[in-house]
Amino acid sequence: MTNTPEKTKPLVLVVDDYQDAREMYAEYLEFSGFRVAEAKNGQEALDKAFELVPDVILMDLSLPVMDGWEATRRLKGDARTKGIPVVALTGHALKGHSEDANEAGCDAYVTKPCLPDALVDQVKKMIARRDAASTR
Amino acid sequence: MASPAPLPPAEADPGARLVLAEHLLACESAVACARAVVEWLARRHGVPAACVGPGDGAGASACLASEGLTGAQQAALARAWDAQGSPLAGFRNRPGARGLAADAVEGAVMPGGFFAVPLGRAGAPAAALLVVGLPGPAVPEDVAWVASCAGPLLARQLASDARAPRRPEPDRLLRRVINAVSDPVLLTDTDGTLLFANARAEALLVAGPDASPGRTRAVELNQRLFRETLAQGGTSVHRREVSLVDPLEGMDLLFELATTPVLAPDGPSVVVSVLRNLTDLGRATQALGESYRQLRATEREARSERHRLDRVLDSVADPIILTDPAGGMVMMNDPAERLFAWPHEEGAGGEATLRRVRANDALFASFLANLLGPVNAGVSRWKSQLTLDDPATGAPVPMEAMANKVLGDGGELTGIVTVFHDRTEVLERARLLERVKEVSSELEARVQSATAELAEQNELLRQQAIQLEQASAAKSQFLANMSHEFRTPLNAILGYTNMLLQGVSGEMTPPQRRNLTRIDSNGRHLLEVINEILDITRIEAGRMPLHLSDFGIPELIQEVMAEMDPIIARSKLTVETRLDEGLPGVWSDRQKVKQIVLNLLSNALKFTHEGGVHIAAEYQNATGTVAISVKDTGIGIDVSNQEKIFEDFQQVDSSPTRAYGGTGLGLSICRRLAEMLGGRVSLQSAPGQGSTFTLHFPRRARRT
Repeated sequence: MTNTPEKTKPLVLVVDDYQDAREMYAEYLEFSGFRVAEAKNGQEALDKAFELVPDVILMDLSLPVMDGWEATRRLKGDARTKGIPVVALTGHALKGHSEDANEAGCDAYVTKPCLPDALVDQVKKMIARRDAASTR
Repeated sequence: MASPAPLPPAEADPGARLVLAEHLLACESAVACARAVVEWLARRHGVPAACVGPGDGAGASACLASEGLTGAQQAALARAWDAQGSPLAGFRNRPGARGLAADAVEGAVMPGGFFAVPLGRAGAPAAALLVVGLPGPAVPEDVAWVASCAGPLLARQLASDARAPRRPEPDRLLRRVINAVSDPVLLTDTDGTLLFANARAEALLVAGPDASPGRTRAVELNQRLFRETLAQGGTSVHRREVSLVDPLEGMDLLFELATTPVLAPDGPSVVVSVLRNLTDLGRATQALGESYRQLRATEREARSERHRLDRVLDSVADPIILTDPAGGMVMMNDPAERLFAWPHEEGAGGEATLRRVRANDALFASFLANLLGPVNAGVSRWKSQLTLDDPATGAPVPMEAMANKVLGDGGELTGIVTVFHDRTEVLERARLLERVKEVSSELEARVQSATAELAEQNELLRQQAIQLEQASAAKSQFLANMSHEFRTPLNAILGYTNMLLQGVSGEMTPPQRRNLTRIDSNGRHLLEVINEILDITRIEAGRMPLHLSDFGIPELIQEVMAEMDPIIARSKLTVETRLDEGLPGVWSDRQKVKQIVLNLLSNALKFTHEGGVHIAAEYQNATGTVAISVKDTGIGIDVSNQEKIFEDFQQVDSSPTRAYGGTGLGLSICRRLAEMLGGRVSLQSAPGQGSTFTLHFPRRARRT
């Protein structure tokens, strides 16, 4: 593991253009014992991901500049970041978004509204799955 | 021949003179005497000679006899003898022979002079003059002798002729004349006794003593017939027929007898009868009669033929007219008469009728003109359409006229037959046909216009459908967008409420916690409404596809029970499940079946205060459907409301102050989902008796 010195606290990158939601998830993740980094759009998410290499990325799909699908595809297409689990977040329940998201390489899919505790559960599940995979 | 001849010998010829004298004595008439003298002189001296004397008839003189003179010379001599003051006339009162110059007689140049010798007794007026073509001056002895000897005889004869009563028998000339008549002529007395008959009459009525007995009998018969016929008519002028027998051949002869009574000047009245042979005429008459009879028979035959033809022609309904080569009417049948003939009965038609007949005749004449005359010799038939007038009513009669020339054996035009054909019916039929065509084309046009209208309306409807679809899609898109916009803030509301309730921001007082709980439950309700609206929108927009898979009903119900467990626990109601053994696995959309059952169970729990909820599942083999029923002991639903509750946003109590929560969209969504599965949701309920909602769906869904 090439994590930061605070090895016990996994880093979660929260990508959402809606500030209230982003900060809410960030606050609850920190409350729940995670380190959090934030990004407002897809390009920022790429920059932060390459820079910080987080343990999990929460990716809202509807984003300005570069949307979540495109950002996910690039993350999964890059050797540095392709191992990072991406949890897709979307309020667009109408479209077949989950399929698109899977196609783009998302590891999990969560429909908004998603209560903070449910989201944290999902993040913990992702980390546990990654740890299980890496220890195998 | 009349050249001057030497004087005859002076000595007399006693023999020749004796012969003449004897002859003269035997003569019964002056003419005979004169002829004997003239012939004797002319023969003895070879010169012309003539004797002029009183003619028979009205006093004019004539040549009684002549030798060697032309007719004109004879006539000139006779005129000169009668003319007062002529040299010849001078001999009338002076006896003695004398010579005269050749030109002494006007108009008759005598050859070389001549002698004139008055005849007659001395002292008596000369009755005759002897003219002899011998030059003077001395009188030849023979001439003198003749004058002296024959003169008195001739004179006496002449006087006797004039004085003596004429005998009934005509003289020879007359007899010859009468004999020359080809018809038998008879002279009889009034009793019929034959006085004179000409040759023809003698052949019929006279038999000589040496005639054959047959002829004698025939003649006697004829005489008797003739007398009887004559007696019938009396003596007046009369014509009648008499049949006699031809004595020679025994044939019957028919004569017309014309009788004329003549009163003789010196005696009893006599009858002149002329018979005209009618035998040939009779035969001709007979032949004529025969011909006439044949003609009559032929005519009768022709007439009956004609009548037959007339009847045939009259029986033809079409008017037929036969015209002569000049265009004159020869014959027409009854139908033609009605159109072209003047009405027979008086008052049968007024002025108008006559006018119409005249107009028809004029039309026909101008029609026929196409065949008449040398210009149209090459035209053998002519067809045309005429519109005649019905003489009685004046109604127009459309006719087709067809005229054909009738040619004789030599190819000459003998007549024209015209047949008319009434076209009224044909025209009427054509008119009806035209009308039918019109109507049918009108109908067709109407159908076409109706079809076009229908197509237009279809197109309009199609466009409206497209517009509706577009509007519906727009609405769905709008609602989808709206739900997203709702969710984003709702996400924050619910999230922060949840965080506060979890004590992320520190512990709260009980009133704070109670209020936050209300915010939380209202937020959840709002989310529920938004989700259900989104479901309906997705179903209506066709954006909720079927995800068919194999699954088992028991597992599904177990899952539902697990999810509803917190609510069941809270409701303090008993929830039982009873599943048929041997429920088959199904092929359907698991998610939708589950959603329906969840919804039905949620409703049952909501509207039931005490008692329990019973879930049952069974397979109906006959229909191949699975039935999952949720039975409660709740408030029940009145029949009148049982349909209403399946409608959007409807509960039995839809008032703002209603006792039960929920969006009123649950059953509406259930029904839609069931329909997507090819099934339905049924309801059995009564107020206070509880309700049973049942989902029926085919065990094997068909992908639509």
